Amino acid sequence: MTQPLVLNYLRAKKQFPHVWCPGCGHGVVMGSLIRAIDKLALSKDDVVMVSGIGCSSRMTAYVDFNTLHTLHGRPIAYATGLKLARPELPVIVITGDGDATAIGGNHFIHAARRNIDLTIILMNNNIYGMTGGQVSPTTPYGGRGSTAKSGNPEHPFDISQLAIAAGASFVARTTAYHVPAMDRLIQQAFENKGFSLVEIFSQCPTYEGKWNKRGDAATMLKYYKDNAIPVTSKSKYSEEELKDKFLIGILHHTPKAEFTAEYQKIIEKYQIKEQMTQLSQQKGKNEPEASSKESESPVSED
Amino acid sequence: MPEKTVLMQGNEACSEGAIAAGCRFFAGYPITPSTEIAESMSEKLPRVGGKFIQMEDEIASISAIIGASVGGLKSMTATSGPGFSLMQEGIGYACMAEIPIVIANVMRGGPSTGLPTKTAQGDVMQARWGTHGDHFLIVLAPESVKETFYLTIKSFNLSEKYRVPVILLLDEAIGHMREKVVIPDYGDILTEDRLVPIVPPQWYKPYEITTDFVTPMAPFGSGYRYNITGLTHDEMGFPTNKESEIISKMNKLRDKIMRSTTDIVDYESLYTDDANTLVITFGSASRSAKEAVQYLRNHRRKVGFFRPITVWPFPEKQLRQIIKKVDQVYVVEMNQGQLIDEVRKVECYHKKIFGINRYDGEMITPNQIIAKIREAK
Ligand SMILES: Cc1ncc(C[n+]2csc(CCOP(=O)(O)OP(=O)(O)O)c2C)c(N)n1
Ligand code: SF4
Ligand SMILES: [Mg+2]
Repeated sequence: MTQPLVLNYLRAKKQFPHVWCPGCGHGVVMGSLIRAIDKLALSKDDVVMVSGIGCSSRMTAYVDFNTLHTLHGRPIAYATGLKLARPELPVIVITGDGDATAIGGNHFIHAARRNIDLTIILMNNNIYGMTGGQVSPTTPYGGRGSTAKSGNPEHPFDISQLAIAAGASFVARTTAYHVPAMDRLIQQAFENKGFSLVEIFSQCPTYEGKWNKRGDAATMLKYYKDNAIPVTSKSKYSEEELKDKFLIGILHHTPKAEFTAEYQKIIEKYQIKEQMTQLSQQKGKNEPEASSKESESPVSED
Repeated sequence: MPEKTVLMQGNEACSEGAIAAGCRFFAGYPITPSTEIAESMSEKLPRVGGKFIQMEDEIASISAIIGASVGGLKSMTATSGPGFSLMQEGIGYACMAEIPIVIANVMRGGPSTGLPTKTAQGDVMQARWGTHGDHFLIVLAPESVKETFYLTIKSFNLSEKYRVPVILLLDEAIGHMREKVVIPDYGDILTEDRLVPIVPPQWYKPYEITTDFVTPMAPFGSGYRYNITGLTHDEMGFPTNKESEIISKMNKLRDKIMRSTTDIVDYESLYTDDANTLVITFGSASRSAKEAVQYLRNHRRKVGFFRPITVWPFPEKQLRQIIKKVDQVYVVEMNQGQLIDEVRKVECYHKKIFGINRYDGEMITPNQIIAKIREAK
């Protein structure tokens, strides 16, 4: 028996044990992501993984890629610069519900609007795990957290819908329970050239579970199992039946012009123009440049 | 490109200098009085195969240039006060993770939205201490359009050489002023590129404590897989809480700059041999200060002139040598008195130090400086 596949991709000797609590969904997502990368046969030397700050974002330390652990909320903006600088490299963003839609909400919608070729793996646990269980932009109305002990008076974002509205070309949702589907969806997200989001419901038993009396990790996973409706069988359910459920699968896939490829066209346009002017300058040589022949301007301006 | 003589704006000189230095990535968000830098970069960069992007805000802009620099491109942004404030967390990240970037801050009146179209020098302390925690970076302040061109090149060179953010401190007056600049043939311009590792990947320590505290930097995607983080990290780039590793990282950040001040620090001094009065200033204010000093010398006053070109690290050693010979010191700046505190730190001889300040959005004038120095005696 050879060693498990994930070990080929982990910084197993140096960075373990990891920081995640027992029962946390984030490690399951890491496994799935690794399998997808392996299936796609991407080179470890090429894969760039950019994360923000949060439990989810800690993933970058554990995987043996080019890893960039950035600031809270900013991984998409860092990744935008990196991808535009090096369009040939596959760039993955690892983020959480707080990281991507509270502090980083602006970058999230603008990257979707640009349709820049990033694969966004967003672990949504409806809470701020890292800082100890405060409510997040996806905490349900009435849900509890350490900053809303008597129930959240605010309404949550539907992150996938937000991404679709903002212009993402690929949006899928799954959960830490639906692992084979997760492997597949991440792979499909990679294959889409453009802003591709995989929103993954990933349980936080330590805070989200505790504050909301959702039971242990297994119970939380069972909740995902019982309440997920594959988007392909949506029509089998009435509005009423769908009310407290959520859809999983590919929610949106509409390919459109990708930003870095569009920018490459701009470069080509400018370079053609540049060559033309150089040619015409060589022809009509000795024309003096249209620069100033004025005398030195006086120093003082007062 | 052969040498050419052009009449250009300070902001244009900045983007011209950036391209000459090898800058190939710009991310920014429009803000007066810096916008012309972004506008001209949006045209110049694609011509040389570089990339320009207008981001959604200044936080995104600084983040994107850090990302691009990690990808291996010389990268910059340009902004003014409100945007510079937004960039501070990113500047700290670049200090901690040792990512070369250049930030042009074309100063305007503050605080807050302040005076968008008027000049000021109120960000000189923010440039040094704007982000949280102990940190070291480099700040350059040109006094003319021509110097803007050269100091932009120098900003990139220092940033690449020391893997540190460099802030180019312009102000509205310099940014929008037009002057003649002789742009040399690009082939004659000395440019510096970051060191890249020569050891094989398995031996590479991305934050190794070297003799000069600067570590070669592998661009992502070059076969050197490693981790970059804003968390305090060890020589391999992984987070650490070990006291000894924390101390060596913090000292590395300090020593790579502070043990190379002879290479980094630059200043200009005039008439200091016989001076009993010293005028200290920086950036655009030095134009008026120089004229005032000249005038006073023509009227037999023994006035000397000192201008830090690298505002940070502050040329303290050099200033101390000069200051000990004079009786009084005037610090001319277009704010309510910021650099004067740095002069007070250097001055341990109990000399009289006066501020000559203007902060109504207009350029300080030679007359204001002359009048103040004359009234002293
Ligand atoms: C600018 C800034 N503000 C606040 C924090 C503190 N902080 C760290 S992680 C975090 C929330 C993370 O939540 P999420 O992105 O949902 O990740 P999770 O831990 O739930 O996986 C916060 C508020 C920070 N590091 N930086
Ligand atoms: S606090 Fe929650 S999100 Fe963070 S590691 Fe623990 S279970 Fe996971
Ligand atoms: Mg969360």
